[in-house]
Amino acid sequence: MPALTLYDKIWSDHVVKPYSDGAALLYIDRHLVQEVSSPQAFAGLDARGVKTRRPEAHLAVADHAVPTKDRDRPLPDSLAARQVRRLVENARDHAIAYIPMRDARHGIVHVIGPELGFTLPGATIVCGDSHTCTHGAFGALAFGIGSSECECVLATQTLKQRKQKRMRVLLEGQPAAGVGVKDMILALIARIGVGGGVGYAIEYAGGAIANLSMEARMTLCNMSIEAGSRVGLVAPDETTFAWLAGRPMAPAGADWEAAMAYWKTLPTDPDAVFDREVSLNVGALAPRVTWGTTPEDNLPIDGVVPDPDREPDPDRRARMQRSLRYMGLKPGARLNEVPIDRVFIGSCTNGRLEDLRQAAAILVGRRVAPNVAAIVVPGSATVRLQAEAEGLDRVFRAAGFEWRDSGCSMCVAMNDDRLQSGERCASTSNRNFEGRQGPNGRTHLMSPAMAAAAAISGKLADVRALESRRSMA
Amino acid sequence: MTPFTRVVSVAAPLPETDIDTDIIFPARFLLLLDRRGLGAHLFHERRRDGVGARFVLDRPPFDRAQILVAGRNFGCGSSREHAVWALADFGVRVVVAPSFGEIFYANCFRNGVLPVRLEAAPHGRIMTAAETGAPIEIDLGSQTVRLPDGEDIPFEIEPGRRRDLMLGRDEIDAILADDIGDIRDYESRRRATRAWLDPRLK
Ligand code: SF4
Repeated sequence: MPALTLYDKIWSDHVVKPYSDGAALLYIDRHLVQEVSSPQAFAGLDARGVKTRRPEAHLAVADHAVPTKDRDRPLPDSLAARQVRRLVENARDHAIAYIPMRDARHGIVHVIGPELGFTLPGATIVCGDSHTCTHGAFGALAFGIGSSECECVLATQTLKQRKQKRMRVLLEGQPAAGVGVKDMILALIARIGVGGGVGYAIEYAGGAIANLSMEARMTLCNMSIEAGSRVGLVAPDETTFAWLAGRPMAPAGADWEAAMAYWKTLPTDPDAVFDREVSLNVGALAPRVTWGTTPEDNLPIDGVVPDPDREPDPDRRARMQRSLRYMGLKPGARLNEVPIDRVFIGSCTNGRLEDLRQAAAILVGRRVAPNVAAIVVPGSATVRLQAEAEGLDRVFRAAGFEWRDSGCSMCVAMNDDRLQSGERCASTSNRNFEGRQGPNGRTHLMSPAMAAAAAISGKLADVRALESRRSMA
Repeated sequence: MTPFTRVVSVAAPLPETDIDTDIIFPARFLLLLDRRGLGAHLFHERRRDGVGARFVLDRPPFDRAQILVAGRNFGCGSSREHAVWALADFGVRVVVAPSFGEIFYANCFRNGVLPVRLEAAPHGRIMTAAETGAPIEIDLGSQTVRLPDGEDIPFEIEPGRRRDLMLGRDEIDAILADDIGDIRDYESRRRATRAWLDPRLK
């Protein structure tokens, strides 16, 4: 038997048939359906007169365009309301389970899939959304697809795919206080670049992984696509199994035992070979923030805005110049002195309970700076309720944050939560692209603790300084 | 899908790297429910930012370009197929770049758009030629880009994808016609060995 990687094992277990051109027809176990990428897929299906092949393999929820406040009122008539209505109708017509906005299980697709146990190790999971790689944290082969591919999955429960190359990222060492998994993934993206993972399925391994919670692993895998990689994986272990046990859609009883026996065969064989290996000493990292308009444009918070004139590569220099113009930053400016207007804590990257706990720990007994408007948008209603049970909502509110209902919100600015032109935001989301949080809005990506530190300081700030001050008090 | 064989057109130069799908098609227009008519919002912010010269796709002769020549990692970011729908609706049938976002790349083929991947040197020559505004020829049959000076630049493409583009073949129809038996067999095998994988929302 040749030594296989986790990715190889899940892949070959799902090949329905190989094609002569090297592609394969891959079986898809589960499909998450959201309002933005699905209407055209259902319309295509209806135009063909084809039914959904396995309705029970799909789960629908509206997360991108839904409001995060005043949910008890009817949606004002708008494009967003029309899109949500369309999803409800399509789910009904195709007998697909739909989770309504006011349901206690509502939330961002990539938060609720795992919460419900819809996400399982060894499964293939797709969604018309690039951050589907999040589910790879469970050792699932999960990747984002376009609407036409969603239509294909609805119609056939398969996709024609080409196998990717394999990359292993070894995270070694233990992070210092104030440094979290967001800093690790930002550092990796800075190292390999936003195109560094194109064509690869990344497996995260190494000594630092064992100590990461499932929430942290989801943050890690979530941002694989920001390195260009459609797939990010972590092998399932005891942490994974403990997290999944008892989830509503996870197997139970004898099924659980059978599943566990299979899941334990999934980790990469010791002798398996990867096409590329990258290793990162996470013990040497400082908290990081982005300064530009791609996620690779990030540096330690004690750094300065880089100077394009010192960049030898002409393409990269041109992009840096454009980024700095867009961001309104001058080369040489200290990052920890950049003033901000808004703070957003949430998204499928950092909208989970552990993220909110980390931000709240910094906010206890402190106030948001007067120049800053700050919101927390829990990734799901479950996260929201758990946070409220722990009193985190009171910490956020007392500090001056708005406490919202679940959804994508200011990560993508498709509802009313968005930056005004020129506003600068400390954000726990995953993309600092031009216009991502609203036309001409300026985004700085960072961890939840760093976003909390920025909220208090009114500028980008080093959370380590805040923590040490508190422990001295 | 319209079969793709050959395109002769001026090529719009967009010499920028990492053009993400949020730039190609901003998120707020994702609220639209149809895949047609999206060309109106293609590069929406870039075409209206009022900074400097007008955006290349608004400047004749490039406003009729069927070819776009862009920098590396074109179409990175979000999976939104709207980015391809908008390009196709605008009339763009070929995007030439040193590399592409993977989901964007796959989406192109499902909409009759040809993404051409080329090394930096030949890509640079195409960019230079595009800037002159002279027509460029892209021939999928022979897998070549022909520059105005007569130089032929070969490009690689996966054979299955090339065939499907040239036939205008719809992948879903093909799977439904040819592969349903295999899918059924796979499902019954799987039900026997991994019944726990059958999802149920309680
Ligand atoms: S939170 Fe942001 S990145 Fe995540 S699914 Fe929603 S829009 Fe996409």
